[in-house]
Amino acid sequence: MIRTPLRPLARILDAREKGENPDAIERENIRKRHEAQRDQTRQRAEGRLLILAAMFFVAFGTVGARMGLMAASQPFEPSVASSGQTILAQRADITDRNGRVLATNLATHALYAHPPHMVDKARAAEELSKIFPDLNPQKLLADFTGKRKFLWIKKKLSPEQMQAVHDIGDPGLLFGPREMRLYPNGKLAAHVLGGAGFGREGVSSAEVIGVAGVEHAFNDFLRDPVNGGAPLQLSLDLTVQDAVEQVLYGGMRMMNAKGAAAVLMDAHTGELLALASLPDFDPNDRPRPLTEGDAADSPLFNRAVQGLYELGSTYKIFTAAQAMELGLVNAETMVDANAPMKWGKHKIKEFRNKNYGPKLSVTDVIVKSSNVGTARMALSIGANRQQDFLRELGLFSPAPVELAEAPGVQPKYPTRWRDIHTITASYGHGVSASPLHLAAAYATVANGGWRVQPTLLAGQGMQRDERVISQATSEAARHMLRQVVARGTASFGDVPGYAVGGKTGTADKPRPQGGGYYDDKVMATFASIFPAHAPKYVLIVTLDEPVETSGAQPRRTAGWTAVPVAAEIIRRTAPLLGLRPEIEPASKFEVTRASN
Amino acid sequence: MTEMVYGAAPAAAGDPILPRWWRTVDKLTMTCILLLFGIGLLLGLAASPPLAARNGLEPFYYVQRQAFFGILALIVMFVTSMMSPNLIRRLGVLGFVAAFVALALLPVLGTDFGKGATRWYSLGFASVQPSEFLKPGFIVLSAWMMAASQEINGPPGKMLSFGVAITVVGFLAMQPDFGQAALVLFSWGIIYFVAGAPFLLLVGMAGVTVLAGTFAYHNSEHFARRIDGFLSPDLDPRTQLGYAANAIREGGFFGVGVGEGQVKQSLPDAHTDFIIAVAAEEYGLALVLVIIALYAAIVVRSLFRLMRERDTFTRLAGTGLACVFAVQAMINMGVAVRLLPAKGMTLPFVSYGGSSIIAGGILVGMMLALTRTRPQGEIADLIGRRS
Repeated sequence: MIRTPLRPLARILDAREKGENPDAIERENIRKRHEAQRDQTRQRAEGRLLILAAMFFVAFGTVGARMGLMAASQPFEPSVASSGQTILAQRADITDRNGRVLATNLATHALYAHPPHMVDKARAAEELSKIFPDLNPQKLLADFTGKRKFLWIKKKLSPEQMQAVHDIGDPGLLFGPREMRLYPNGKLAAHVLGGAGFGREGVSSAEVIGVAGVEHAFNDFLRDPVNGGAPLQLSLDLTVQDAVEQVLYGGMRMMNAKGAAAVLMDAHTGELLALASLPDFDPNDRPRPLTEGDAADSPLFNRAVQGLYELGSTYKIFTAAQAMELGLVNAETMVDANAPMKWGKHKIKEFRNKNYGPKLSVTDVIVKSSNVGTARMALSIGANRQQDFLRELGLFSPAPVELAEAPGVQPKYPTRWRDIHTITASYGHGVSASPLHLAAAYATVANGGWRVQPTLLAGQGMQRDERVISQATSEAARHMLRQVVARGTASFGDVPGYAVGGKTGTADKPRPQGGGYYDDKVMATFASIFPAHAPKYVLIVTLDEPVETSGAQPRRTAGWTAVPVAAEIIRRTAPLLGLRPEIEPASKFEVTRASN
Repeated sequence: MTEMVYGAAPAAAGDPILPRWWRTVDKLTMTCILLLFGIGLLLGLAASPPLAARNGLEPFYYVQRQAFFGILALIVMFVTSMMSPNLIRRLGVLGFVAAFVALALLPVLGTDFGKGATRWYSLGFASVQPSEFLKPGFIVLSAWMMAASQEINGPPGKMLSFGVAITVVGFLAMQPDFGQAALVLFSWGIIYFVAGAPFLLLVGMAGVTVLAGTFAYHNSEHFARRIDGFLSPDLDPRTQLGYAANAIREGGFFGVGVGEGQVKQSLPDAHTDFIIAVAAEEYGLALVLVIIALYAAIVVRSLFRLMRERDTFTRLAGTGLACVFAVQAMINMGVAVRLLPAKGMTLPFVSYGGSSIIAGGILVGMMLALTRTRPQGEIADLIGRRS
């Protein structure tokens, strides 16, 4: 058997022994290796070439198939391609408690331009400036002839303007459909509604977003498609709101006030039937916010909600109610009212340095609005209990009303509460809150002691979940408030048949810089309830810097300014609210008359 | 008798060139290429008069030019296809060097024709794009290096050719001409693939490509806009792509009729990058499918012929040439049907373009030369020399 040597070296050694040339064997070996390798690479390349051929075949097939699909589909008219996601323009209406429209949408158009498509740019700019006098033809022409390929010209067009632009006939002027927010009642309830503007804008639609008021607070709700376009029903009553605004405006002019606010609230449910602040604005054409100066000077400022004022003697009823609730006094208890009262280095005086003392019944402290008597009661209550009570009435925290502005309105009160603060807070100085806060607190005092949270939504129902004072205390307080109107500082507030009760408050306005108060600038407030024996509504009227000039001397007290305005509001709105005028039960007042 | 007496006249080293060429050349592929050229002229008749009118030239100016350059290109193709692989290799490498020098000198001597990219030499009567001529040369060079690297004790050809590829890509990217750069890189990848690239490396390169694409997407607004436009389901009908897509739809299966198409009026690149849209509109799907079938036939047939080829260089170079030819056509048509993002690329042999059609002629000529029938050592196999 012939054995083939396993290794080349063996063959070479073998060849050497035989005297042959080993290089030939070496070359032969290399040639064989080379051929083997070539075969191997060729086989691999064959496979890979097959893959390539298949890939190209499939790729060309795909292109062909795609061509076929496209050829089989219908051509479409060139239209403007929408870019990005579509913009939802829908926004639900807002109505009053009876379903009357306060805010709705109107289809309109925005005007934009594609300068590259324009035929006669100079003429277009000229004609546009004729239609819209606020546009500058030179600037328009510069925009048209510049590098811009797209520009907005007007955000809202009236149908007449749109037709006029059509008549220019330039293909580069185009219209984008828009929904614009419309407030058909104009200025009515402007501060509640706030206003809306455009958010993201596209050619085919634009977002309408609320910028203030309920429009902002309920922005997501109004835009939510889940609601199916159901309107947002507010607790406001359109008619009542209108009456309140009219009377308040007249009152503000008559009393020469620079501003006014009114809050009409359901005493049991906290629903706001009217909320007015003057001066006001038209939400269809919302003015720009002030960039300098005091924001409170802007008509956008909602005095009823955002305005934090020292509300003065209107707070006295809280002191009296708490003292009665704690059993420290009753309505007939005689308290020390000797003025002036000295407390440390402070002197507590009465209005015009009067002295109602030496002793007054608690009822008369309220009726005559005695600072000293209230202060004495507050001192016997003590600082901590007084603060707790005011806090329970909601006077120390932002009002939980559904307005975009409300959460930021933090009432002001001293952080280090000393006895002097107890004294001043008892008659409404040194602490400030908004008229809306005051309305909620009065509602609590008047409605039998149940805590009230103000709301702008209709159908919230009775809020009887937390008692602040007892029914008896509430009744006694109501009685005192009625007495204030019947024979006290608010005698102009009597409206026959509606048994108005209330408390005046005239607070000197603090100077903006530095300490101290103005001598001749006051904040006059009348906080009223009606009917006093079974209160249904709370009305707060606040006038900013009123002066009543019919007398020999200018009069600024609330009794002369805010009270008559409030009385007129009640006279106008009570019938609208469905209240029947009624003769007061006479027996209730016999006792008080005897004590007078 | 004379021969019997005096012996045969000394035979030439081979057959006469032309008969042998005719015997061995891939006649099917050649027919396909001639057909494509014919279709290109036909479409040029439709697509270029509006452009000529716009440029104030006589209506068939571009058709005449195309015919002239096309015939020139066909001559170049025939001559090239008669060469032997060795000659192809030598001339290809020399051509590469020449084209590379031209490419490198572009920033100094080139013109940009106001298009923002310096890619051309203006020769007065025509413009030359060196990158078009660079491609066939580069493929030959790469194939040569790869083939050499497969020899025992051969040079490290893969690394060398990769270095050349990166250099060329760098120069092209500087112009910038990312389309040609991608083609160069693609052709190198194909050659490497056929030369036996490890699969792991291929997967890795695919990953790197994806990463690079992502990077480019996030860093280049131009690139991102193209990709966004490609991915967006809505097509803005006022773009070139929109017009092209609409033209294909208008055309349907049999077209709107010769000369009736509208797309050539609105597309500035109707005679080059979007010639397929003109074809689809005027002649319908029928002609488009014919064009696609021609390209597919050329590449598939060439690849099948190369499968039999035992010479490594011939196989690699032929594959590279066939693939780069096919991929260019595919990108052009894929863009028109929105299978691929927008990238300007001519349809080889159909689109108008002087230097590009001559470069195409060289490329196809080389491909034909390399796919000719050659003895592949089958007889040696039969004899059993290889045991």
